[in-house]
Amino acid sequence: MISIIIDATIRAGTSILYATLGEIIIERSGIINLGIEGLMLIGALSGFYTTYTTGSLFLGVISAVLIAGIAGLIHGILCTYFKGNQIVSGLALTMFGIGITAVLGKKMVGQTIEGFKRIEIPFLSKIPVIGNSIFNQDILVYLSIVLVFVITFVLYKTVWGLNLRTVGENPYAADVAGINVTAYKLWATFIGSGLAGLGGAYLSLAYTPLWIENMSAGRGWIAVALVIFASWSCKRALFGAYFFGGISAIQLRLQAMGTTISAHILQMLPYIFTIVVLIIATIKLEKGYSSQPESLGLVYDREDRK
Amino acid sequence: MKKFFLLFATAIFLSLAFSGFAKEIKAGFIYVGPVGDGGWTYAHDLGRKEMEKLPFVGKSTYIESVPEGSDAERVITSLAKKGHNLIFTTSFGFMDPTINVAKRFKNVVFMHCSGYKTAENVGTYFGRMYEPRYLSGIIAGSMTKSNIIGYVAAFPIPEVIRGINAFTLGVRSVNKDAVVKVVWTQTWFDPGTERNAAESLLDVGADVLAMHQDTPATLQAAENRGKYVIGYNSDMRSYAPKGFLTAPVWNWGAIYKYVAQKVNDGTWKSEQIWWGMDKGAVTLAPISDKVPAEVVKKVMTAKEDIINGKFQVFTGPIKDQSGKLVLEEGKTFTDGELLGMNFFVEGVQGNLNN
Repeated sequence: MISIIIDATIRAGTSILYATLGEIIIERSGIINLGIEGLMLIGALSGFYTTYTTGSLFLGVISAVLIAGIAGLIHGILCTYFKGNQIVSGLALTMFGIGITAVLGKKMVGQTIEGFKRIEIPFLSKIPVIGNSIFNQDILVYLSIVLVFVITFVLYKTVWGLNLRTVGENPYAADVAGINVTAYKLWATFIGSGLAGLGGAYLSLAYTPLWIENMSAGRGWIAVALVIFASWSCKRALFGAYFFGGISAIQLRLQAMGTTISAHILQMLPYIFTIVVLIIATIKLEKGYSSQPESLGLVYDREDRK
Repeated sequence: MKKFFLLFATAIFLSLAFSGFAKEIKAGFIYVGPVGDGGWTYAHDLGRKEMEKLPFVGKSTYIESVPEGSDAERVITSLAKKGHNLIFTTSFGFMDPTINVAKRFKNVVFMHCSGYKTAENVGTYFGRMYEPRYLSGIIAGSMTKSNIIGYVAAFPIPEVIRGINAFTLGVRSVNKDAVVKVVWTQTWFDPGTERNAAESLLDVGADVLAMHQDTPATLQAAENRGKYVIGYNSDMRSYAPKGFLTAPVWNWGAIYKYVAQKVNDGTWKSEQIWWGMDKGAVTLAPISDKVPAEVVKKVMTAKEDIINGKFQVFTGPIKDQSGKLVLEEGKTFTDGELLGMNFFVEGVQGNLNN
């Protein structure tokens, strides 16, 4: 049973994990992107449509990342060149995503594709209890775990990552140091939005290989909350995404096994934890430490440089 | 250019005039979801198109994804103002908005789906979905080998509970040992969660799944593990070509045509329509050829009996989950009792306090 729950947890958490990683990259550059939910839908539909027409899952994934990335750039450009309000622009992006996918996806409703299959990793999948649940997943699950470490490495061990974090903490200082602030913000938005799109594509190509309007069903918002929960750390995002996924998997299984614990109590848990984390973060902030990028949500204007 | 406009205006005037004289019914529909949901709203829209085929019915209007609550009132009002004389509101949450708007448009006929409030110009309509649910239960009970049947359900409300109970009675009519395990998803519409719930039932040994949800995710979960599955809302066999057994489905067209006819004849009166298989408002989708002939025969006999009124799904003796007798032998529930059903029958394993 433990093996089954771990398996369900990973699969339920993967799309949230992609979206959370995406949002972390974007927020590291100082931009809040509330358009994640819309980007996930754009990714889910582009992935499904491409795979449906070409028969290739690989092309589906590529198109999900590219199209969601480009859609995310709308937000990036509004927040940099036009100095727009990031909250308003992000919300607009979500509404845009929901609307445009509803209209363009009409013909895809009721169509089916062959989704990603599980790939068993030899030897590792034979480890008792955890082997079959962790090392017998589809390729997108493996990729998401690899990305956690790759992104952590890039953010903390490369010049590009250092520059990106500087832009998010203090764009004025970054600008003085000769870093192209706008370019970094745009790249971060493009890559992060692409990852959110990949999270959506995980739903429409692997988890439930179908297209239905609004199929992300609020996962994008959970991702936005998870970034705070994970205090902008990719490894904690991995834990957080599986925590959210796991609670859902466990409460459904407890029901199937016939327990009498109310599902509502279990479904509240992740949100209670988010509140607890927020309180801890606030206390830390008062003491002078915070993991939140300093310039998050602020418009960078060179003319305002102090 | 002027000539062109004149011609254009004349054309519009003529078409308006003709449509005004030739067609008596101008119907409007308020949908809670998108037409492309493949489920609830999709089924209503098929009914709307069916109704449009009547000679005296003009082109109808529909508005999708209208949120339940006060915003609905504005949308219904706008339809009434634009000259629609027959308005269908197709979700429970539109009940109060419909009643409120109806007070101001006395010459418009309103029909509200699944509610209980009526007025002089407001009627209600719904289908006895529990009848085909019972039939699908017969099939599930005959096809299960593990004697565990899984049921993915949205919310513990009477409509869903009634369906689960009818289904279980069907299962138990052919297989006394089978149990129906229920998992609540607390959502009508979330493919990911529905899939997860379906898999949780397969994990505890279910080999036939049924569901009361708006997406086909349950079907995919069953198909993926090589198990049988029963759909809902509309024929969803494309999602589970191997495992699909059948599906209880809506046929709203039957009710829509009836109402349009009544309004056209001028004989319409406010009533509460709750039609079953006898009038074709609900039915069972074609049964898969994997189901043995003798089972299909049993289903067809039960169907005949329900249609002829010889048999009612909820006929005593019926015991609840704890084994207490809730309906004595030979008795049946009233419509009121059916509409307020809030207990599980014997054979259901699930928690109603969820």
